[in-house]
Amino acid sequence: MVVNSVHWFRKCLRLHDNPALQEALNGADAVRCVYILDPFFAGAANVGINRWRFLLEALEDLDSSLKKLNSRLFVVRGQPTDVFPRLFKEWNVTRLTFEYDPEPYGKERDGAIIKLAQEFGVETIVRNSHTLYNLDRIIEMNNNSPPLTFKRFQTIVSRLELPRRPLPPITQQQMDKCHTKIEDNHDQLYSIPSLEELGFRTDGLPLAVWHGGESQALDRLGKHLDKKVWVTSLEHSRVKTCSLYASPTGLSPYLRFGCLSCRVLYYNLRELYMKVRKRCTPPLSLFGQLLWREFFYTAATNNPNFDRMDGNPICVQIPWDQNPEALAKWAEGRTGFPWIDAIMTQLRQEGWIHHLARHAVACFLTRGDLWISWESGMKVFEEMLLDADWSVNAGSWMWLSCSAFFQQFFHCYCPVGFGRRTDPTGDYIRHYIPVLKDYPNRYIYEPWNAPESLQKAANCVVGVDYPKPMINHAESSRLNIERMKQVYQQLSHYRGLSLLASVPTIQEEAEPPMTDESQTSSGPDSPQRVPANTEEDVCYEAPDSSTVCPSSTSAPHPDQEYQAPCISSVILIGNKEKRP
Amino acid sequence: MKRGLKSQCQIFPSLGERAKRPKWMTPAQDWGNLPHHVVLQIFQHLSLVDRARASSVCRCWNDVFHTPDLWRKFEFELNQPATSYLRSTHPDLIQQIIKKHAQHLQYVSFKVDSCTESAEAACDILSQLVNCTIKTLGLISTARPSFMDVSQAHFVSALTVVFVNSKSLSSIRIDDTPVDDPSLKVLVANNSDTLKLLKMSSCPHVSPAGILCVADQCHGLRELALNYHLLSDELLLALSSEKHVHLEHLRIDVVSENPGQTHFHTIKRSSWEALIRHSPKVNIVMYFYLYEEEFEPFFCEETPVTHLYFGRAVSKMMLGRIGLNCPRLVELVVCANGIEPLDEELIRIGERCKSLTAIGLGECEVTCSGFVEFVKMCGGRLTQLSIMEEVLIPDSSYNIEQIHSEVSKHLGRMWFPDMMPTW
Repeated sequence: MVVNSVHWFRKCLRLHDNPALQEALNGADAVRCVYILDPFFAGAANVGINRWRFLLEALEDLDSSLKKLNSRLFVVRGQPTDVFPRLFKEWNVTRLTFEYDPEPYGKERDGAIIKLAQEFGVETIVRNSHTLYNLDRIIEMNNNSPPLTFKRFQTIVSRLELPRRPLPPITQQQMDKCHTKIEDNHDQLYSIPSLEELGFRTDGLPLAVWHGGESQALDRLGKHLDKKVWVTSLEHSRVKTCSLYASPTGLSPYLRFGCLSCRVLYYNLRELYMKVRKRCTPPLSLFGQLLWREFFYTAATNNPNFDRMDGNPICVQIPWDQNPEALAKWAEGRTGFPWIDAIMTQLRQEGWIHHLARHAVACFLTRGDLWISWESGMKVFEEMLLDADWSVNAGSWMWLSCSAFFQQFFHCYCPVGFGRRTDPTGDYIRHYIPVLKDYPNRYIYEPWNAPESLQKAANCVVGVDYPKPMINHAESSRLNIERMKQVYQQLSHYRGLSLLASVPTIQEEAEPPMTDESQTSSGPDSPQRVPANTEEDVCYEAPDSSTVCPSSTSAPHPDQEYQAPCISSVILIGNKEKRP
Repeated sequence: MKRGLKSQCQIFPSLGERAKRPKWMTPAQDWGNLPHHVVLQIFQHLSLVDRARASSVCRCWNDVFHTPDLWRKFEFELNQPATSYLRSTHPDLIQQIIKKHAQHLQYVSFKVDSCTESAEAACDILSQLVNCTIKTLGLISTARPSFMDVSQAHFVSALTVVFVNSKSLSSIRIDDTPVDDPSLKVLVANNSDTLKLLKMSSCPHVSPAGILCVADQCHGLRELALNYHLLSDELLLALSSEKHVHLEHLRIDVVSENPGQTHFHTIKRSSWEALIRHSPKVNIVMYFYLYEEEFEPFFCEETPVTHLYFGRAVSKMMLGRIGLNCPRLVELVVCANGIEPLDEELIRIGERCKSLTAIGLGECEVTCSGFVEFVKMCGGRLTQLSIMEEVLIPDSSYNIEQIHSEVSKHLGRMWFPDMMPTW
């Protein structure tokens, strides 16, 4: 029985630790590795030039690695549902393999392909290697619902067995057994498209700061681990000098595209730690980055509405403003706040920004200043940020905007102060906003406060050469704190909890509202939901539909008109801690 | 609740089968003849939209829909599709309410988005609430304060309609609106016996004299929210006069537009003392949105603040002063400080603010040892401890892993610092 395998690359753009690819090779007579891409949709998709370039470089890298093994990468143009029937017939395919994609859209797409394959008599083998653990297992261990606090997630993970060990890269011997003849016209039919073919203009395009591909990833991994200082000072892992600039050892884009296996990183970190520290168990904080990624993947895997507010059971319904002009200024780095603008400029130019920078701009767009929906910010990041997975990006935006997972909205980042404290030298600003380079440190974060003479001397007059600040931060943050409090107070009433925020005692807020959600909020089927932010079995829980209608009475009792405030706290959101 | 309704449906034949029902079924079992109070109870469980639909079924149900009891409380939502994701109360419904139910309305609020049109629509409705006995009125901007964009004359005249006609207003929320002194006078003239709550933060057209008039006349006032520039010694004394009830909640917003451009007056210690003598349990809530250099006038002497929030950076020195001069402090939230450890200041606060139960720190630095000492001092009375992970600096005694168990031990419950995703 002849076995003709096709391995379908989507993420997991690598030859090391690729169990699905190993399955393709296992006992096969011929193997072809395909990547499916539709240039027609390239322009329409919300993907910017840096992300395309990274992907194309990763594909080039795969292709050259496969060349060394006497094979090639087959880049097939089209949509999977159209492409596969054709390939199945043309290549007499009997086996299809690919890496498991835990994201809801991926699961749906793959379900359709598996069904299609069955119709063609093609065996499908799917293997998990994009996440450290089996996400369904984590969900199962948490009473069949994804953990919604990071601490809870860590607790569950600490009870699991170690992640499956990574597999070695595929070898020449393995490939030799399933040798595929490469046609002469391979490059005409199956070549990797260029940026131009995808509709991008490349004249004047600056060099990439982050180069895609497995080789790059493994090289960086080596350097990352070489930073022994980092590992030995793990006890003082707090970042003292924050590196806002792209790091030559940064790995997040490579994890996202699968150029680097998360398990390889995990085990390398673990082994290095155990060697250096001579201790048995590394702390969970060693794997910080990996676990956050895993956390968001787990939270998202069963929630197709994870990336929006409407219809998303874990997302607080917040009355964000619609303001396309303000959104554009933020996205294009024209807010008039150098700290914000420098970050957005770095993002647009290079495709990566430090996590503190992400906090700053996300807060500024949403609950801090502009009061624009996190969904808009998420889409901008999706376009420009190299390591923006669907799950991680959406989850992080919800987190940073206090829409889910996290409720302490008083943690607000000042677009002037936070920048100044992070980089007192102001060099980061000067690097990304050269027009401000002659401003002294005193004014570089708030150029509008500089005296006119200084502005002229620095050849940059605010309002002329550089925009005026688009909002008054003190005013906006004051208003927004009030808005957030309004939102959260309503939620606590729905749950009957004594919300720890100063309670205005107008009747309709002191008791559950008579008319329920359909009169208010964003959509017909999405009432205000309590943010599900449980710590074990404490108060807040993911609401189910039975808690939709608050038990309401029509007329408020006359003698309950005025209710004395029951404050314990004016601003802090109550108890995430476990009950004793 | 909707499920409950469905199961009730199974008991009675459906309306569509009315024509076919057997002769032994008496008219009393007809849906339309359900007693009013039964229909009313069912309606109370329905959303407004469903209720409105139900009201078109038959005259009886329509009558129940218009029962005054169902219209005591209403929230008008006014949003423009261009500026908001939220839906708006239907204009026809608004007309119906004004025509048929204005006199039933008692607890009314208006939620408007950032568009001036929405605020203007709210004012139009207000102007028509002539024959009503409103007790509670709230004007709420869900995004930008659009009431400030309405012409002051339009706003004031609309508001005055309610002030004059209601005569028994008890709670008023008019933050971020162009309300002025003359309108407050009208409010007082008509509602001084009933007014209990007045929230008017960020109303730039009101003067200290305007608010003093309210305090002087409205002796039942229990809750007041305003900006610092309206606070005066006279106001505190008026709120502490013998005729005045105990004040329960005083909120003060201290905001500056531009650095160094606002001069903040000081309140005499004796005025604060008078207030506390009169209302020993009063909560005094202060929100600060200032630049660091503008804090000079504050906390030089004992200040009876209970809830303190610093929206921007606050200096180490100021936190030191707070430890010395705020014995009644219950909650403290600091958005940002700087990169010098605040150990000393925090410990002093733990020591001297014996009522402190909640604290939140972001963008500051405290050594782990200092933090543990602070927690030891406060012990289990800290019900809310919200510290960003980056705040805690590991030292020779504790690292990040150890700090949470040490703190949990002293608090008597599980505790973790707050985190932000790092990826």
